[in-house]
Amino acid sequence: MKFIRNILDSVKPHVQKGAKFHAFNSMYDAADTLFFVPNTVTKTGSHIRDGVDMKRSMFVVVIALVPALLFGMWNTGQMHFQSLGQEVDIMDAFLYGLLKVLPIIIVSYAVGLGIEIVFAQGRGHEVNEGFFVSGMLIPLIVPVSTPLWMVAVAVAFAVIFGKEVFGGTGMNIVNPAILTRAFLFFAYPQSMSGDSVWIAEKADAFSGATPLAELTAGNAPLFAGANLSPMEMMIGAYPGSIGETSTIAIIIGAAILLYTGVASWKVMLSFIGGGLVMGLIFNLFAVNAYMELPAWEHLLLGGFAFGAVFMITDPVTATQTEMGKWIYGFFGGLIAILVRVVNPAYPEGVMLAILFMNIFAPLIDFYVVESNIKKRLKRAKVAA
Amino acid sequence: MSVDKQEREPLFSPKNIKLLTNPLNKDNPITTQVLGICSALAVTVKLEPAIVMSLSVMVVLSAGNVIISLLRNSIPSRIRIIVQLVVIAALVILVDQVLKAYAYEVSKQLSVFVGLIITNCIIMGRFEAFAMGNKPWPALLDGIGNGIGYGWILIAVAFFRELFGSGTLFGLTIIPQGFYDFGYVNNGLVILPPMALFAVGAIIWIQRSRDKELIES
Repeated sequence: MKFIRNILDSVKPHVQKGAKFHAFNSMYDAADTLFFVPNTVTKTGSHIRDGVDMKRSMFVVVIALVPALLFGMWNTGQMHFQSLGQEVDIMDAFLYGLLKVLPIIIVSYAVGLGIEIVFAQGRGHEVNEGFFVSGMLIPLIVPVSTPLWMVAVAVAFAVIFGKEVFGGTGMNIVNPAILTRAFLFFAYPQSMSGDSVWIAEKADAFSGATPLAELTAGNAPLFAGANLSPMEMMIGAYPGSIGETSTIAIIIGAAILLYTGVASWKVMLSFIGGGLVMGLIFNLFAVNAYMELPAWEHLLLGGFAFGAVFMITDPVTATQTEMGKWIYGFFGGLIAILVRVVNPAYPEGVMLAILFMNIFAPLIDFYVVESNIKKRLKRAKVAA
Repeated sequence: MSVDKQEREPLFSPKNIKLLTNPLNKDNPITTQVLGICSALAVTVKLEPAIVMSLSVMVVLSAGNVIISLLRNSIPSRIRIIVQLVVIAALVILVDQVLKAYAYEVSKQLSVFVGLIITNCIIMGRFEAFAMGNKPWPALLDGIGNGIGYGWILIAVAFFRELFGSGTLFGLTIIPQGFYDFGYVNNGLVILPPMALFAVGAIIWIQRSRDKELIES
């Protein structure tokens, strides 16, 4: 660490105000605060003394994403070789996936951070780390065959119109990662849905449809001609967006997030609850195969688990009040399953449901606070 | 008499020029008055209908402004809205008939939106705010100015949407085939109405960051 400190200290005089390379100050600042906790402390008013700041807590999320990422890389390779009918060992599959997924990660970070730095410099802010998480989420929620330029365009759109226009990190109304996916979904539907996009360079005869697409078509959740068992859905070796298939990897991530307290368990639990309730309602009035799918299997398929753990819990776009978190998560899950089952054009209802609830979060908070004020006023009158 | 002695204002006095140029930027009907947004979303998928729509609105607005301005002293104020509506409706029907006669294809594309010029808030807004209290000549300039102000936003948005949504301009392919061979795909979102909102929003953003006076406190 001493080594890094030395490098940073030697750079510092050149980027101070008035120095030659002041234009790069925000970049220096980003690197400095990334490696070292800033020395600034709050001096006035009451405050919590804690070594955790935004950079540290954001990194917890990135660490929590690692299991899903590693599994996604292996799965990318596994799907590819399976479609060709080849048996390969784990490392080969992983390496193939690594080479496919890494460029998407690089593009997502380069474009997103580039725009953030330009805006931060223009406004005289420091570069925030909000994009560390978004930049990792984005590769995990797109199909592996998404062309890189599409990723770049979508990330640019989402960072500018989802985040920077509202004032940057912490001010955004919608989740930039979800916005990226929504942009891709509506702008380039042929690259984001269908049978051929989920597996990299698959054989033509092999059906690359996701289990959800099979369900929409009126079949059981098929993969490679066989019914997926709940255990296989848990493990997640089937076609889908890179990070969303493995429920186990996502649960590991959830455990990290909950243990460190970065994500709210209330939102997570109520999102899952909402999904279950909607699934049960469909079970009651089932008229087709999709509606008959057991409610709990919905939680294992598609982006539901990923959305519940990493997307809906985003502290910036979620509701802030405790009561609001229950309402927010519950309706998110409810709408996700509703869209997924009822509208065949949108097999991935989770994305739309979360975007929708993001927009309603401030309204929910407002009414929760209002009702609390009313309740307390009433109590005050009784006492008097 | 004292009225006769008053000097006539030149036709293009600085004040009158302002009537023409203010709506282009500072007082733009779409970006600062935020009127006529609905038609800006609806007719901007392609350039051609956007231009025809802009011209139609400009004609109705300037002709209507002059007529209302001429009538302004004889309209009883309690029924002025009805009178204004009659004037707009008459002009819109005229425009609609002309379009049907000479530009049938475009008129089909615009469908109800020509008829809906009647409800375009810009027109009622200018009648109420300007024509009811000003002479015919300034009213005409105000109508033309606001028509152009509305038009250029429409055309800018339509240019962006047609180029990126369909890869064409005026129906002619602009994006070279080589791009498509290389994997370029037209953006489907740009054709959907939300993208027009984003485009208008971006114009407002640029305008306000250039002219800080426009930012609401």
